[in-house]
Amino acid sequence: MSTLENGVIRSPAVHAPGERQITFGQAILEAINEEMARDESVFIIGEDVAEAGSVFKVLVGLLDQFGPERVIDSPISEAGIAGIGVGAAITGMRPIVDIMFGDFTTLVMDQLVNQAAKTHYMSGGKLKVPMVLRTTLGASRRSAAQHSQSLHALFSHIPGLKVAMPATPYDAKGLMKSAIRDDNPVVIFEDKMLYQERGPVPEREYTLPLGQADVKRAGDDLTIVATSSMVYVALEAADNLASIGISAEVIDPRTTNPLDTEALVNSAKKTSRALIIDEGYQQYGVTGEFASVIADGAFYYLDAPVKRIGAMNVPVPFSPVMEDLTIPTAEYVVETAKALCG
Amino acid sequence: MSETNDTKPNATELDAEHWLQAYEQMAKIRAFEEAANELYTSARMPGIAHLYIGEEAIAVGICEALRQDDYITSTHRGHGHCLAKGAALDKMFAELLGKEAGYCRGKGGSMHIADQETGNLGANGIVGGSAGIATGAGMSVKLRGTDQVAVCFFGDGALGQGLLYESMNMAQLWKLPVIYVCENNQYGEYTHNSKTAAGSMVGRAAGFGVHAQAIDGQDIRTVHATARLVIDRARNGGGPAFLVCNTYRFHGHHVGDIDRPYRTREEEAEWAKRDPLKLLEDWLVKSKQAESDVFERIQQDVKSDVENAVNYALEASFPSESEVDRHVYA
Repeated sequence: MSTLENGVIRSPAVHAPGERQITFGQAILEAINEEMARDESVFIIGEDVAEAGSVFKVLVGLLDQFGPERVIDSPISEAGIAGIGVGAAITGMRPIVDIMFGDFTTLVMDQLVNQAAKTHYMSGGKLKVPMVLRTTLGASRRSAAQHSQSLHALFSHIPGLKVAMPATPYDAKGLMKSAIRDDNPVVIFEDKMLYQERGPVPEREYTLPLGQADVKRAGDDLTIVATSSMVYVALEAADNLASIGISAEVIDPRTTNPLDTEALVNSAKKTSRALIIDEGYQQYGVTGEFASVIADGAFYYLDAPVKRIGAMNVPVPFSPVMEDLTIPTAEYVVETAKALCG
Repeated sequence: MSETNDTKPNATELDAEHWLQAYEQMAKIRAFEEAANELYTSARMPGIAHLYIGEEAIAVGICEALRQDDYITSTHRGHGHCLAKGAALDKMFAELLGKEAGYCRGKGGSMHIADQETGNLGANGIVGGSAGIATGAGMSVKLRGTDQVAVCFFGDGALGQGLLYESMNMAQLWKLPVIYVCENNQYGEYTHNSKTAAGSMVGRAAGFGVHAQAIDGQDIRTVHATARLVIDRARNGGGPAFLVCNTYRFHGHHVGDIDRPYRTREEEAEWAKRDPLKLLEDWLVKSKQAESDVFERIQQDVKSDVENAVNYALEASFPSESEVDRHVYA
C-alpha cells in the first residue's frame, strides 16, 4: 500500500527504502535526456525550450548536452511546430513537441486530431507518427482562464491518440520514456503545480506501460479514481477518511487513453462504491467516461451510484478567492465520500 | 526574388524521349481522372473525387525533377500528384473504390492516398493541412543529414491558412529543403480567389525571404525547368522556395459540381486553349521532336492501362469487417 508522507507518495512495492528523491520536473528532464542519448532520432522543438530551458525551467541543461540541432527554439507557432512534429515523425524521427500551456493545445487541434491521430489508420497502417506532445494542465497558479485549463479530455476523445497524465516523479519519468518510444502520437499532460514535487525515482533504467493504472493507496470501503495532481487531493482525503473509519482505495489510471478499465472495475467491485476526481471541466470530462466504465463493469457490486467531481464548469477565474472554488478539494472529496458511504 | 509570370527556361533540358515520357504521365493522369469521373457518374464509386484535369503539367513537371526518395505531400485534388510520383493505377483505383487492395486498404479513399515507397506522405482532406507535415519532412531530412527534398502541393485556397505561413517562416529560418507549390487554379471550391486573397501571392512568401516565383502552370517546360532550379537549390542547402503555378481546373470543384454557376463558359473556353497536354504536343511536333501520331498511340496505351486498372479495382474485394478497428494504433 502506498502512503502520502510529507507530500511524497511512497509505495513499498515499487520503491526501495532510502531511494533517491528527485522532483517531478527533474524526472521529466531525466526521461527526455536518457531517451535523446539512447536514440538519435529523438529531438525536441518548442517555444523557449532551448536557451531558456522552458518557461518552467524543466529543460535546463538539455541544450548544452544535445545542441541546437536537437533542442530547437521555435517561433510562437503552435500549429506549425505540431505539423513539423507530424512530418518529422512520419519520416523517421521521434519528435517531442513542447506546447507551453495546455490551453495552447487548442491551436494544434488540426495537426493532432486530423493529422497525427489519423495518419496511421488512413494510410492502412503504412505510415506511423511516433510523436510526443508534452504540455501542461492545472489551475491555482493565479493565471486566469487562458493559462489554467486541464484539456486532456479533448484528446482522450480521439481514437489514434494516447494520453498520459502522470502524478508522481516516478510515473512521470516512466511514462515519458514509454511515450517517446511509442510508435503512436502521445500527449503528455504535466501539472505545472507538480514540477517541484519530490518523490522516489530509481536510478536504474525503467519504463512504465501506457494503459496500466496504479493503486496509489489500497482500501476496502470506497474507490477514489484520481488523475494527475488530483491524486494528492485523493490521498489527503483518504487520510482524513481513515481517521473516521472509512478505508478508501486510490486508483490512478495514469493514462486516460488507453484506459485500464479492468483496474477501475475490479477496485469498484471490491469496495462497492466509486468516486472520481479530475481537474478537467466536469461536463463531458474524463470523469464521465470513468463513471460509465465502472457502472457498466461493476453494476451488480455497487452499493451507491458512481459520483464524480471535476473542475467547476466555468472559465478559470483570476481572483484567488474565486479560482480556489473551481478546483476539487480534499474537504469536498471527504464530504462526498462520507455521503456515498453513509 | 522575381515575380514574373513568364519565366522562359531553357526548354531543351530534357530530350524528346523524356518529354514523351512526361507527356505519357500527363495523359495517364488525364485518363485516370476521366475514368474516376465515369465511375462516379455511373454510381460505381462511393463518395466524391476532386479532378486534377487541366493541372497535369504541375504535378508531372515537378515530380519529374524529384528522386523516388524525395517526399511529396498532396491535397484533396491529389490523384495527379500520387500518379506523377509513381503510384500504380490499379492500387489507386482500388483505393477510390474502397477495396482492400487499395493503397490504404480502403481506409483512406480519394482524399488520403499515401504511398511511402514513392515518397508520398499522403494526400490531405484539410486545405493547407500538409504544410506542416512537408516542413517536418524537411526538418527530418536536415536532422538525418540526407539530401532529400520535400514538395508541398496545395491550392490557392490554402493561402487563407495560417499554418502555411508558420511553416514557411520556419523553413526559411532553418533553411529546410521544402518546395511550396501553390497550384493557383483560381477557385477555392466555388469562390474566385480575387474575393479571398489580398495582395500579392508570391509576396507572401517573399516577405519571409523565401525564394518566390509565379510561373505558367500550363506549360510543363516552364514548370519543370523552374522545379529543377529550386529543387537543386534546396538539395544543396539553399533553403525553401515558393512557386505559384497559374493554372485552371477544367472540371468543377468535384465530380458532382457539374453546372459551375460561379464561372463563365467563356472563361473556361479561354483556359481550354491552354491545355497542358496540347501545349507540349504542339511544341514537340513544331520543333520536330515527335511525329503527331505518337501522341494518339500514347493516349490509346494509357486508356487501355486505365481500363485494365479499373477492371482490376471493380473486381477486387472489399475489406473484411474485421479490418475496421485495425491500424487505429501502430
